[in-house]
Amino acid sequence: MIEIRNVWKRFDDNVILENISATVKEGEFVTLVGASGCGKSTFLRMLLGTDSPSQGSILLDGKAIPSEPDSGRGVVFQQYSVFPHLTVLENVVIARAFERSKLGFLWGAAKKAAREEAAELLNIVGLSHMLHRYPDELSGGMRQRLAIAQALILKPRILLLDEPFGALDPGIRADMHELVLNLWRKHKLTVFMVTHDLKEGFHLGTRLWVFDKLRVDPQAPNAYGAGITYDLPVGACEPELLEEIDGSLSANKQAEEI
Amino acid sequence: MKRLINVRPSRVWRFGLALLPFAVILLLYISASDARLAENPQDKLLPSFTQMGDAIQRLAFEPSKRSGDYLFWQDTLSSLRRLGIGMAIAASLGMLFGLLTGALPVVNASFAPLLTVVSLVPPMALLPVLFIVFGLGEVSKVALIAIGITPFIARDIQKRSLEIPREQLVKAQTLGANSWQIIVRVLIPQLLPRLIDAVRLSLGSAWLFLIAAEAIASTDGLGYRVFLVRRYLSMDVILPYVAWIALLAFIIDYALAKFSAVAFPWHAQQEGKS
Repeated sequence: MIEIRNVWKRFDDNVILENISATVKEGEFVTLVGASGCGKSTFLRMLLGTDSPSQGSILLDGKAIPSEPDSGRGVVFQQYSVFPHLTVLENVVIARAFERSKLGFLWGAAKKAAREEAAELLNIVGLSHMLHRYPDELSGGMRQRLAIAQALILKPRILLLDEPFGALDPGIRADMHELVLNLWRKHKLTVFMVTHDLKEGFHLGTRLWVFDKLRVDPQAPNAYGAGITYDLPVGACEPELLEEIDGSLSANKQAEEI
Repeated sequence: MKRLINVRPSRVWRFGLALLPFAVILLLYISASDARLAENPQDKLLPSFTQMGDAIQRLAFEPSKRSGDYLFWQDTLSSLRRLGIGMAIAASLGMLFGLLTGALPVVNASFAPLLTVVSLVPPMALLPVLFIVFGLGEVSKVALIAIGITPFIARDIQKRSLEIPREQLVKAQTLGANSWQIIVRVLIPQLLPRLIDAVRLSLGSAWLFLIAAEAIASTDGLGYRVFLVRRYLSMDVILPYVAWIALLAFIIDYALAKFSAVAFPWHAQQEGKS
């Protein structure tokens, strides 16, 4: 479904991403891990359409991926994903309002139907007792549940998650993993998730991409960008491999710091 | 003994401590006024509270001998009308310019520099221009307030709309929103409480412009009256008028704050957190 062809990303002289090529099939759950600043979030932004490759192309169903965010690609950021001025329920209803009315407001029966649909979805993510609260009254975990519900109401084909659980406690994180896996299976989504937690990558999804520099020039650390150093099917690898990847990531990081 | 920075007064103490400076100023005034009046009963500089009460009684509750109007209320009404119309125009224009320059990079490119330059022009220096263009009537006074306040509000709203996290705008786009829907459903609702904040902050300058315009060319208004009776050294009118202006300003500010808290409960929560 998605084809990535020799994608490069440069900012001035700094090469961020270097010659990335990959193919992702419908329904895959790809986890992107790597050291901070290695370009995995940049890559996600290219899939989202808020950033574009300096060279190369990303194809969706054989056509260039739209260079502007649209309702085919849902997104959850680490924070600021929800609208603070709307209640939990309205935060989800607003997606239908955008879709079904030119002005952005729903009335009467359409509004009622959208509210019922939203309430149902919020029930699935476990927020049915918070429908009329504002996001600032919610805990971090609840806010991310809301952001996920909001991203899913329009049933996008692709769901992009940018370190969605980075700010959460480990216990809550486990709950959220469960939720995301369930929703992924149920809605047959194609998911890309960025995380800096390698274990999360091994636990979730079907495929793991490790972003790291293939070459390092100690005199010019920014001369080479990151590529996909490992592309692994999840569940089929040994714990030693995890340690090895972990080791190589930190080794490169150290080399850069020196 | 706790460190001084950790000593917090209880509620009762806080209330008492808040009243204390007012009481001290009042006492100082009364004793100074008494001393001067004891020396010379005709003294006009520090009138007693009875004299001020008489002056206000005369202006507020007896019709003027010349026109039959109740001058105090007439002045208040005229001034509040000018202030209200001027602020309404400034708030609407400021919101419009601020929103468009904040939300649309194309508009920003052509209008933001202009806005910066315009906001650097001292509005008081434009007053003669306004008098020449609009005459000495109501329009020039309202225009002074509007021209003086609009750039401030516009720049504030522009800054605030740029402060709204980009993630929210991207999120709205992934929910299929077009530019209009994002402006109407995401930006404007979040900017309205900020507009009220900006109006509250600029009310002080608005009063300044109002009183200056009234002092120069007017036939009624609080500022007009204060400057008129200055000729007769009528401190017994000036002081109560100044106190009344301060009270009006306080009431307007308080009402706006209350309105914001009731109409935008989520905004109060955000403010509490940050």
